[in-house]
This record gives sequence, C-alpha cells and structure tokens, in this order.
Amino acid sequence: MDAIILQILNGLDKGSAYALIALGLTLIFGTLGVVNFAHGALFMIGAFCAVTLSRLFNLSFETVDPDRTDFLGNPATVETTYIEHWLGSQMGGAIIDWAVPLSLLIAIPVMIAVGFIMERGIIKHFYSRPHADQILVTFGLAIVLQEVIKYFYGANPIPTPAPDAFRGSLDIGVMLGFDPNAIIYPYWRLVYFAFAAVIIGAVFAFLRFTTFGMVVRAGMADRETVGLLGINIDKRFTIMFGIAAAVAGLAGVMYAPINSPNYHMGMDFLVLSFVVVVVGGMGSLPGAVLAGFLLGILESFASMNEIKSILPGIDQIIIYLIAIIILLTRPRGLMGRKGVMEE
Amino acid sequence: MLGLNTKDFLLFVIVAILALFAPFILNPFPVDSAMAQFNAGYPDLMQRFLIYGIFAIGFNILFGLTGYLSFGHAAFLGVGSYSAVWMFKLLSMNVLPAIALSVVVAGIFALLIGFISLRRAGIYFAILTLAFAQMSFNLAYSVLTPITNGETGLQLSLNDPRILGVSRTADGSIPVTNLFGIEMRETYEMVMGGWAFQFNNGYYLCAVFMLLSFYLAIRIFRSPFGMMLRAIKSNNTRMTYTGLNARPYALAAFVISGMYAGLAGGLMAAMDPLAGAERMQWTASGEVVLMTILGGAGTLIGPVLGAGFIKYFENIFSKINDNVLHGWFAFLPDGIENLMVTLVHPFVGKGWHLTLGLMFVLVVVFLPGGLVEGGKRIAGLFRRRKARDETDQSKQSNPAE
Repeated sequence: MDAIILQILNGLDKGSAYALIALGLTLIFGTLGVVNFAHGALFMIGAFCAVTLSRLFNLSFETVDPDRTDFLGNPATVETTYIEHWLGSQMGGAIIDWAVPLSLLIAIPVMIAVGFIMERGIIKHFYSRPHADQILVTFGLAIVLQEVIKYFYGANPIPTPAPDAFRGSLDIGVMLGFDPNAIIYPYWRLVYFAFAAVIIGAVFAFLRFTTFGMVVRAGMADRETVGLLGINIDKRFTIMFGIAAAVAGLAGVMYAPINSPNYHMGMDFLVLSFVVVVVGGMGSLPGAVLAGFLLGILESFASMNEIKSILPGIDQIIIYLIAIIILLTRPRGLMGRKGVMEE
Repeated sequence: MLGLNTKDFLLFVIVAILALFAPFILNPFPVDSAMAQFNAGYPDLMQRFLIYGIFAIGFNILFGLTGYLSFGHAAFLGVGSYSAVWMFKLLSMNVLPAIALSVVVAGIFALLIGFISLRRAGIYFAILTLAFAQMSFNLAYSVLTPITNGETGLQLSLNDPRILGVSRTADGSIPVTNLFGIEMRETYEMVMGGWAFQFNNGYYLCAVFMLLSFYLAIRIFRSPFGMMLRAIKSNNTRMTYTGLNARPYALAAFVISGMYAGLAGGLMAAMDPLAGAERMQWTASGEVVLMTILGGAGTLIGPVLGAGFIKYFENIFSKINDNVLHGWFAFLPDGIENLMVTLVHPFVGKGWHLTLGLMFVLVVVFLPGGLVEGGKRIAGLFRRRKARDETDQSKQSNPAE
C-alpha cells in the first residue's frame, strides 16, 4: 500500500509538468489550430529565466577582509553579492535564496513577450498552411531558441536550487499511519504539484468565468461565426498564445530545481507532451490535464523494481505503449472531441 | 529508355553523371588554398551524401506521395545498421549479405509498425510512428543491450565467429568490410596540380545503390501504383468511396520506404562497421523530414538535394572556427575584424545548428516547395524574361507592315 502511494506521489511532479505543457499545447492547438513544436523550447526558456535571475542575484564583487587570512597568510578576499551589500545580509540572503520563486514574476512578462513575438512574427503566417509546414517552422524555431540558449549558457546543466525552506523532505507516511520513512517526499515536489494545480485551475477558471474566456471558447468551437459576430477573434487568440507560452514558461521556472536546466530539456519534454496531448484527445483541455497526470503516474509505477523484474524495460516504453493502445482503441484519445484533426 | 520517358531518363543520367564525377565536382578548390575547407570531396562526406540521399528518397516515397508524415523513420535506419553489423560479426565481412539482411529486417520491421500505425492518419499517424521509434530507441538503450550493446554501440571484435570469413586477419586485427575482396575503405588519390581527388571504393558502392534506388523511385513515381499513392494524398475519402481499400497501398509504400531506410542503415554500417542507438532517436527522424521538405517533398530530385545540402552545411559550417574567421576577415581593420568575427561566431562551428534552424524557418516561410521550387522560380524568371523579349521583338517587327 505504502509503495503504491509513493509511486502515485512520484508520478505527480512529472505528471504536473506534462499536464502544464500539454495544456499549453492544447490551448494553442485549440485556438489557433497550430501544431507547435516550439512549445518545449518555451518550457526551457522559462527554466532559464530562473537560471538568469539566480545568476543576476549572485553577481558579486570582491573585497579584502583584513581580519582573515588565507592559507598563505595573505589577507583573504571575500565575495559579497551586490544584493546583500545593498539590502543587508539578511534581506539580501533571503532574496537570493528565493530566486526561483521570484523568477516567476519576471517569467510572466518575458514569456508573454516571447509568445507574442513568435505568434505575430512567424506563426501568424502559417494558419492556412498544412500541418506539416507548421510542424517544420516551429521545429526550426525550437532549434533556433535552443541554440541561442546554448550559446549564452553553455551545454551543461546548471543547478538551480530551491529555497532552503523547501529543501528537505516530508515524511508523508507518518501522517497516513505508515512506518516512518516509508513514504518520503521532497517538499519542492509538493510545491510543484500545488503550483501546477493552481495554474491549471486558474486557466480553467479564466476560460470558464470571464467574458474573454467565453469568447475564446466560442472561437475554439466555431471561429468563423464568432468572427462574423464582429469580434476580433485573431487578437484574442494571439493573447491566448501568450498565455499558453506563459503557462509553459512558469512550468519551466518551477521545474528548474527538480532537474537542472540544460538547453535540450525542452525537446525531451516536447515529445512526451505531444504523446500526452494525443492520448488526452487533440483539442481537449481536461483531456490534456488528465492524460498528463495519468501518464506521469503510470511512468512512475512502471519504474518500480517489482514491475521491472516481471517486464524488463517497461519503464522506458510505458508511455508510448499506452499511447499506441489508446490511439488504436479510442482514436480520438481519452476526451477528444469529434471532428478535431480528422481527415 | 530503361522504361523511362525522355525527361526522366535525362534526369537519371544527370544524377548518374553527378554521382560518378562527384569526387571532381565537390573538390573545386586546390588543397592548399584558403577555400580548401569548402571542399566536400572526401570519402566520408560523399558517402554520407549518398546514404542520406537514399534515406530521403525512401522517405519521400511515403511522405511525398501518400502524405503520411512519419516521425519515426530513423528506427528503420537503426535496425538496418544493427542487422548489418550482426552480419559482419557472424557471417563474413562481405557487404552484400549484410546489406541484404538489413533491407529485409527493416522491411519486416516496417511491415509490423506500418500495419498498426496506418490505422490512423494525420498527426495521429505521426505520433504513432514517433512512439514506436522512441520505444525502439529506449529499448535499444536498455533491455536489448545483449543485441545492441547499449550506449557503447555495437562494434566488431576479434572474437566474433565470422563463419565464412576470418575472426582476425593474419596480423591480428579486425578484418575490414569488403565486396568480394575489394576493400570499402580503400581510396585512390589522384593528384593533379594543386588538386587532390579521392576515389573511394565504398563511395562508388553507395553510388551504385543510390542510382538503383533513384531509378526504382522514378519507376514508382510513374507507375499506376504511384498514381494510387497520390490518390491517397489528394483525396482518401473519395478513393474509399470508389471501392478501393487504400490501406494496402499505403502499407506497401510504408514498407518500401522502410526498406530504403534499412538500405541506408546497412550502407552506413558497411562504410563504418558500428551501430549505435542514437541513429534511431527522434531527432534523426526529424532530420530526414527536414531534408525531404527542404529539398522539395513529392519531387524526384528534391530529397537528394535536401540531403546533400544539409550534410554539406553540417560538415562545412561545423568546421569553421575562430581562426578561420580571423583569416577571412584579415583584410579589414582590426576593430572591424574582431567585430565581424564576434558577429559570425555564433553561427558557425559548434553553433551551426543555429544556422540550420534559421535556414529551415526561412525556407519554410519563403519557399514552401523547397529547393526545387526555388530552382523552378529562378528558371521561371528567366523564361518569362525570354518570353517577354520575344514578344518585344515580335512587337518591334510588326509595325513595319
């Protein structure tokens, strides 16, 4: 029992990332009808927002401390970050410590700007082109974004720690009445899951309860009629592209402490996210979220030793296997609507 | 001739001549000149042109004709490579059985995957093939290590049985791949003045296979079967309504293109007898899609052009480093020289992927039909000018009456 709960929890954080990326992909696909292969790159850029901010905060200058000497007997140089210098070591230290959550604040405008530029600059011209062209142009964009990041940050993963307060693990097992140390779960992953839940909830609420969201949903259902009613649907869809980019970016920011960001992390997630979208059903937002968590959890179950000993290698292929089975038995995915992407 | 109409025969002859004289054509610059790094006439790269050309021709039979976008074609290439290397390990170092086996195994593999994937179309088909390819890739890395040798990749060793050949040569090294004794890696170098042209046995073997594949592709394009495949692309529903089952045709196209990929993989192993799982990764599948579309999907010569183009730039751009750049801009004043080097630096050497990405975006945006369309547009420009000149002349001659 405790093993099962542990695996469900383990699946949640990866599932959250899948769900968030798949949600953005589905938003873009549902609104603009564009298959966005650059979405993984947006996730990656989000993660690098966190890297950038924590590097900025850690900018420092050297001073000579006359009281201390290094091992040669010379006066030691001490590095002080500007932030600590300006705001005092307590306040400054706290800010440096909280760099990752704080980068959410800069990631939102950055990602919306990146999304707008991408949409207005290139993707706009591809609405009426075949899906193959869209895949290619966004694939090209993804390569470009990836290489730009690689140029500035190098090819190696950059560790970006979570705040100290979340660094430990929570013993969930004790709370549920199991032995101590049976179910241990890092705090940051809990935070990530909660964060994902909030973002997903916010996107759904935004679409459900605001006039803007209503128009967008109407546009997703029947773009032409909404346009005929005199509503500038293109403008709203562009804004939705920005929002989808922001969702991917925020998912990336918060993922930075879980896995050190590197320039190709986006591509690694992209393939899986596409599988998630298709399993959930093209164009279905709840489907994307459901499939994201489902596949994340199944993946972590498949990596249990008990299961691996029966079916070796299953952890490597489970997601694809599930995708194949679902596509063949339920061609529209779990919650796909009729008439979306069907020739 | 050869069952082709005049235009196709001409195209085939041109390709054959280009392939035959590629060691000359791709080596336009003398060895010692500053431009020598733009030479592509060395065996390794020329082989890659042809092998990826075969891969792309095969992919084009599926994608260009039927419109099914497969994102997992590299899996067949990888399977082909593995089977060829196993043949080298177990049977002999002769390339023919190895290549034959790689084509057959890739064909069977394609039949299995195609049979399942072709139940769906459009993006679902793309995701299904992608899923199968990623599965093969992940399995090759993990569970199938006894067959694929995991991360290290499958290599020849001195302890391999090689029933029809020898485990080790007289001097105790691993035997090299050959075609009835003709060693694949053997290169004849012809020095003419400042130029050095390299003629490699392996290259010419690849050329023979490439021409055969190209010929077969032309025949498929012009056959009733090719017509049927085009019908699938243009209107699948109508085809079904006329009482035809499209799936066997699509499956045949899928298997044929899988066998092409297997042939490419087998040749790759024949040129350099090792195989690694990274050949099956989805980026490799993406590469062949890009080659085909960059060249012009659905055209005969497009995929070959695209493959050559990408492989050429991959090699040449990634070789340019800062020293070379400084050499180029040496004629400028120092400040501007350094500025130019800084500006160009991100796009070359290790950053050539950036150039590649930008190139794709530009080609897809401005030249949706790929290089072939670009060529046609330029040709059309000239033709129109000529036509205009002729009408001008006729106008000029008319007023005399």
